[in-house]
Amino acid sequence: MTWRRLAAGVALAAGAACAGAALGAADPLHRVEIKDVGFAPPVIRVRVGEAVEWTNNDPVAHTATASDGSWEVDLQPGESGRREMQKAGTFGYLCRYHPNMTGTIVVAP
Amino acid sequence: MLIRIAFFAAAAVLSAAAFAQDAAKPSDPQIAHIAYTAGQIDIASAELARSKATNKDVKAFADDMIRDHKAVNEKALALVKKLGVTPEDNDISRSLTKQSEAKLAELKGLQGPAFDKAYAASEVAYHKQVNAALKDTLIPAAQNPELKSLLQTGLKIFEGHEQHAEMVAKELK
Repeated sequence: MTWRRLAAGVALAAGAACAGAALGAADPLHRVEIKDVGFAPPVIRVRVGEAVEWTNNDPVAHTATASDGSWEVDLQPGESGRREMQKAGTFGYLCRYHPNMTGTIVVAP
Repeated sequence: MLIRIAFFAAAAVLSAAAFAQDAAKPSDPQIAHIAYTAGQIDIASAELARSKATNKDVKAFADDMIRDHKAVNEKALALVKKLGVTPEDNDISRSLTKQSEAKLAELKGLQGPAFDKAYAASEVAYHKQVNAALKDTLIPAAQNPELKSLLQTGLKIFEGHEQHAEMVAKELK
């Protein structure tokens, strides 16, 4: 191994550690997978200030849309999108294109 | 109304017969052609609905059908290209096309709320028919695992369409 390659490896490891810290205990990301026209898991529990990230693994476009219409995340096939939860409570959401696809976010204070 | 119900009943019987005809075992090239044709038929109905529907939920549903069926058919085209399969016209595809032409002619003669109701009802019936064919005939017969997997994903999406169409149809009653 050359010094240059070793240095690059150390830099990469440091970068990964920083990225990990950014998504660490203080700011965890809660992941929801969209597959076969469903949200998995259908119910997700987070705290105020934490984010939910949806990844669309279906071949068709979806959305994660608040039942009251207050927010929407557009999710093209193969893409991810996220939203930070700012209020405590239990909130329903759905896919605007496939309204039979529903999920719930429980946000603790 | 009675004429309309009789039309859809007749269409359902015709299509059930069409699917039963080759139920023996369609080949992968035939299955690819049937699945693609079924998608194109629904896109054509949705495009008509896009221009004729008056109800906003019916228009939005038509948009959803165009978006989803185009996306799934693009996947199907990419897959047959990758597999080097040439989709093969067959009795089921031809029967589906003939049936859809009759349905489109019927829908074109309707206006306003009568069109909206007839389109929503036909979407419920059509997705029921296609989903049953996927489940009972096409998926079991598919030999290539990637084709089978795409059909299974399609079935999940189209089952969602069936439920969505039922919701829209119920709202119009």
